[in-house]
Amino acid sequence: MLVYLPIAEVSVNVLLLLGIGAGVGMLSGLFGVGGGFLITPVLFFIGIPPAVAVATGANQVVASSISGVMAHLRRRTVDLKMGTVLLVGGLIGSSLGIYVFRWLTALGQVDLAVQLSYVVFLGVVGALMLQESLRSWLRSKTPGAPRRKAHQHNWVHALPFKMKFRVSGLYISVIPPLLVGASVGVLSAVMGVGGGFIMVPAMIYLLGMPTKVVVGTSLFQIIFTTAFTTVAHAVSSHSVDILLAFFLIIGGVFGAQLGSQLGTRLRGEQLRILLALLVLAVCAKVAMDLLIAPTEAYSLRVAGRF
Amino acid sequence: MRALLALLLLLVALPARADEIIGALSQNSVELTASFSGSEILIFGAVRRDSAAAATDDPAGEGFDVVVVVEGPRQTVAVWRKERRAGIWMNVASAVMASVPSFYAVASTRPLESILSPEADAAFRISTRQAIRADLAPENALFAEALLRIRERTDQYLALGRHVHVDRDILFRTVIRLPANLTEGAYTTRMYLVQDGDVVSQFRTAIFVRKDGIERWLHQMAYDQPFLYGLLALAIALGAGWGAAALVQRIRES
Repeated sequence: MLVYLPIAEVSVNVLLLLGIGAGVGMLSGLFGVGGGFLITPVLFFIGIPPAVAVATGANQVVASSISGVMAHLRRRTVDLKMGTVLLVGGLIGSSLGIYVFRWLTALGQVDLAVQLSYVVFLGVVGALMLQESLRSWLRSKTPGAPRRKAHQHNWVHALPFKMKFRVSGLYISVIPPLLVGASVGVLSAVMGVGGGFIMVPAMIYLLGMPTKVVVGTSLFQIIFTTAFTTVAHAVSSHSVDILLAFFLIIGGVFGAQLGSQLGTRLRGEQLRILLALLVLAVCAKVAMDLLIAPTEAYSLRVAGRF
Repeated sequence: MRALLALLLLLVALPARADEIIGALSQNSVELTASFSGSEILIFGAVRRDSAAAATDDPAGEGFDVVVVVEGPRQTVAVWRKERRAGIWMNVASAVMASVPSFYAVASTRPLESILSPEADAAFRISTRQAIRADLAPENALFAEALLRIRERTDQYLALGRHVHVDRDILFRTVIRLPANLTEGAYTTRMYLVQDGDVVSQFRTAIFVRKDGIERWLHQMAYDQPFLYGLLALAIALGAGWGAAALVQRIRES
């Protein structure tokens, strides 16, 4: 069953779109990542123009994050105060990112920039997360081993403007969360991702938040960052395809519900190991594309059509 | 069939002139709606040949060919070339093709090279290569070749030799398949009567391709009221996200 997409100007299979949405939505509910880092390359792969994939991916992430956050709100695992601080940073970063994206598009290097940032960020984040989660998983399996402290005091705790985050049980400066939010905002606009895969580890390792509130809080702030990105792309490059987003969303929202149910049955460390492996797999795939000689060295870009 | 008959009558009624071609389309417009997945256009017509000329030039009464060209709206295309730099494949050079067709199909009774002289091809710009001639400048030759190669592979540029069928030495017909990823605009359709390597008569018409229904509405809104369009996208996301969560919750409670 084919559907013609008005903005992307291609015809694609509806079931394929629903399936992609459902798969990515499940990961979203499970890990607290929007799933944008998966959906954008997948859309690109099925022939959607890159700019449309980036903008529409952001729109789909809004829906799956809302669906996921609802489930987390019921379980009271969302730190709204921390989420708001991250969000303020996120919006600043996102508006900056839109300009970077347009500048890169004009240079003809947007594909390269997106691919390189995928490799660098996914690689670093995935490797760090895998190493840490494996270590704590092994430690939890050996009884009597010394437990790590809830969080360690480092330079983050020496900064001014301290604020109390009750749900996370933290009393830290607002500067680190603002910076984390801003850098994720830039990535959100350039890569068409919510930035959860960076946000989640940053919250755990940099801010020292407990794992159980990280997923819900990350999703909460991703809703607003990606919502802003969607509107900004719609206005600046007319590249949001509502029909494409619609089918991805329908699959995605149900997938997200399924994922967040599944998440309650898995342990924190196991969840993190799985996410780390997934992140590394996508990183490897993108890196291969950059390193292996393409079968066609030339590519076409139609003016006025992304 | 009725259209064909009418056409034949028209042809018979034409003032006695040497060879002439006249044609028509099964449809003059294509609507891009949500369910659009490509469209087949039947192009048909008739050839009137001056009997005296035909008899003297070609006693066997065979020697004519028909070429049908469908050309999509022209667009500006940038062609980029990737090269390995510091171990990474990246875009390093580009050439801009100012005006190339978004779709180009050439159907003929026999392969084009065997029926059309290069001079006639150049004069009437029939083959794909002639259609992008302006952009085939020597310094851009490699990029133009890449454009042809890529668009031939994606079936946007088609060379359909032996694709036009001739009936009873008068009627011709061919079917051209327009792909699912069509661009809006006028698709000019040209029919040529070819004899001894030269074009002796031609006929032009057009197919109008435009978005319709929800596609048209969404596309217009995206460009005319982008902010509202962005909000609509968010409203759908909000409704679907909240709706699904509420639905799943209700199912679990019941």
